[in-house]
Amino acid sequence: MTISATRDSTTAPDRPLLDVHALQIAFPAGHDVARAVNGISFTVARGESVCLVGESGCGKSLTALSLLRLVPPPGRIEAGSQIVFDGADILTLDDERLRDIRGQHMAMIFQEPMTALNPVLTVGDQIAEVLRVHTTLSRQETWTRTVDMLAQVGIADAGARAKQYPHELSGGMRQRVMIAMALIMSPKLVIADEPTTALDVTIQAQILELLRDLRARTGMALLLITHDLGVVAEMASRVIVMYAGRVVEEANVAELFAAPSHPYTEGLLAAIPKLGQDTERLHTIAGSVPLPTALPSGCTFRDRCPYAFERCATEEPALVQVGSAHRARCHLIEEPARRATRHAVATP
Amino acid sequence: MSATPMSATPMSATPMSATPLLEVRNLTKHFPIRTGLLQRVTGAVKAVDGVSFDVHAGETLALVGESGCGKTTTGRSILRLIEPTSGTVRFDGTDVLALRGETLRRMRQRMQIIFQDPYGSLNPRMTVGAAIKEGLIVHGLAEGSAADRRVSTLLDEVGLRPEYAARYPHEFSGGQRQRIGIARALAVEPSFIVCDEPVSALDVSVQAQVVNLLRDLQRERGLSYLFIAHDLAVVAHMADRVAVMYLGRIVELAPRRTIFGTPLMPYTQALLSAVPVPDPLATRQRILLPGDPPSPANPPSGCVFHPRCPDPRKDAECTRVVPPLEEKSPGHFVACLKQPRLHLPSHTS
Repeated sequence: MTISATRDSTTAPDRPLLDVHALQIAFPAGHDVARAVNGISFTVARGESVCLVGESGCGKSLTALSLLRLVPPPGRIEAGSQIVFDGADILTLDDERLRDIRGQHMAMIFQEPMTALNPVLTVGDQIAEVLRVHTTLSRQETWTRTVDMLAQVGIADAGARAKQYPHELSGGMRQRVMIAMALIMSPKLVIADEPTTALDVTIQAQILELLRDLRARTGMALLLITHDLGVVAEMASRVIVMYAGRVVEEANVAELFAAPSHPYTEGLLAAIPKLGQDTERLHTIAGSVPLPTALPSGCTFRDRCPYAFERCATEEPALVQVGSAHRARCHLIEEPARRATRHAVATP
Repeated sequence: MSATPMSATPMSATPMSATPLLEVRNLTKHFPIRTGLLQRVTGAVKAVDGVSFDVHAGETLALVGESGCGKTTTGRSILRLIEPTSGTVRFDGTDVLALRGETLRRMRQRMQIIFQDPYGSLNPRMTVGAAIKEGLIVHGLAEGSAADRRVSTLLDEVGLRPEYAARYPHEFSGGQRQRIGIARALAVEPSFIVCDEPVSALDVSVQAQVVNLLRDLQRERGLSYLFIAHDLAVVAHMADRVAVMYLGRIVELAPRRTIFGTPLMPYTQALLSAVPVPDPLATRQRILLPGDPPSPANPPSGCVFHPRCPDPRKDAECTRVVPPLEEKSPGHFVACLKQPRLHLPSHTS
C-alpha cells in the first residue's frame, strides 16, 4: 500500500488546500539523527487562518520551510513524508513546477525582512521581479502593479518608496514590503513565520491588522507561525500546538483557550503574563524544552508535566480525538481522574 | 517629611522614604552625527533628552517604550557604561557622574546590570563558576575556597545545581544562562540592578520562571530594580511604578495600576491597546497609530508625539510647545498639554 495511492492528488473543493502527512525532518547529529520534526500531520483549508504555535526548537519554523522545500541542509525531509498543496505533491515536483508554486500560489513572509530582502535592489525592483518571473506583463504594467501593491499594504507615497532601498525603510515598512511581495501574485496560501516578532508592539498591531484585512479581501489562507499566544488569539481560527517536533494539541481557537487538553497547552496559557491581571506569581512550567537529541522516553513532555505517571515514561501517547475538531496527545484523556493529582516537578 | 516634588524634578510617587536610593535628573545623552570628509559634527541623535526619575529602596521602576526610545541608553548611562552628555545621577547620596577610577569601581559593586542576551554577555571560554567569581575577586569580597562556596550558594539561590560551576555557557539553555547572569550580578551584593530586557529573549514557559525568580530575590534581599522592557504584560507583573518613554523623553510616569488602569497620555493609551490579548473572545478597542516613530536625530518640534497623536484635542500649540512632565494627579506625571491637572485623591495601592 503506497500512501499516494490511497491519498490521490486531484483537486477537489472538499479537499484541504494544504495536506501535510507524517512529515519528518531530520538532521545528522554525530552518529545519530535528530528528528527536529517528528511525524506531524495537519491540514489548512481554503481561506482558513491556522496558527502553528510552540516554543523555540519545537520545529514550527522548519515545518513552514519544508512546505516550500526550503529546509536548510544538512537537514532533510525523510521518506514517507507527504505534503500535498492544491493537488500537487510538493516533495516530488520538478524544479520548474516547484518554482511556479512558490511565489505564485504559496508565498512566505519571514521574520526578519532586512535579511530576506536584497540590500542592493530597490524594493520596487524586488517586487517587480516576482511579476517578471511569473507573468508576461509589460514593463509599464509591471511597475504600475508594483506601486499599486505597495499602496495596498499601506505604504504612503508608494511611487517614491518603490524606488528606495531596504535600508532606507523602517522595520515596519520593510515588513509591509515583504507582504506586498508575497501577495502580488494573489497566492492561495501565505505562510508567515513570526512576521511581527522583530517589530514594536504598535507596529505589530498595524501589521496584524493589515494581514487580517488582506485575508478578508483576497480570501487567501494563512498559516501563521508564532510563539505569541496573544497573536494566536487575534489571528487564528484553528490552532496547532507543537512541542519537541510533534503536534501535541489541535483545536479551534476558542476551544483551545477555554479548555486546553494537553498539560503543555494548559501550562503555556497559564504562564503568559496578562495585562490587568494582578497576580503575585506567574504560573511556570518547570525545566526547559528538551533537545531533539535528548528526548525523554515515552511522552516528550513528561519530565515537565505536573500530572505525569508511570505510563507516560513507557508509552508515547497517540494524538487522539477530544472533541469534533479537537485532538490532543496525552494519556490523561483516557485517564482523566489523574488530572486531579498534580505533583511538583523537580527543576533540573 | 516628603518634599512635594516640583514639576520639573518629578517622581516620588509615594512619600515612603525621604531620599530615594537613585535620583536621576535631566539626564541627556546625545550621540554626535559626523558627516563629510572631515567628519564634522553636523547634528546629534538625542537618544535621551532630559529624563528625570527616582527609584526608591526595594522598588521596581519599569522603563517601557519601543525600540529607539532611549530606555536602554538611560539604563546604561546611569551605570556609566555609556557616558551621559549631561544631567545628574545620585545614588544613595553620591554623585555617580563625578566618580573616577577606584571610587567608580566601588560604586559599581552596588549597582549591577542583567543583560537581555545572557549568551552574548558571558565569556564562552570561562566556566560559569569563574564568571561568577570574577566580581568577588575584583571587588576583594572573597577568594579561594570561600569564593567557591559563595559561587555554590549563588547558583543554588538562582535555581541551578552547584556542580554547574565547572561548565561552560554553551552547555546551558537560554533560561539557565539568564539565571547565571543573575547570579553573577548578585555575587557582589548590589542594592540596585538595571534589568535590561531580562526576559525578552526567553520562551514563555521559561520567562515566567525568571520573572518569579527576580521577584523572589527582590523580596529576600530588598533589591531595587530599574526594569527596562518593551513587553507591557511582563511589566504589569514586575513593576511598582512605570515610566513610559517616547523618543528620548518620559511622557508618562505613574504607579502600575494607574498606568494600566487610567493612562492619560495618548501614546500610553495606544501602546496599551496594541498589546495582543491572549483571549480569543476579548473585545478589542485598538488605537492604531499611523506611521513609525520619528528619528531621534530629527525629532518633531513641540510635543515629540504630535505627528502620530490621535487625540482630538491636538492643536497648533502641540506642534510648538514642549509639554513638561507635570504631576496631573498625585503621583501621576504626564507630558501632555491637553491633559488638565486633576486633583484627585491619592491613589492608594
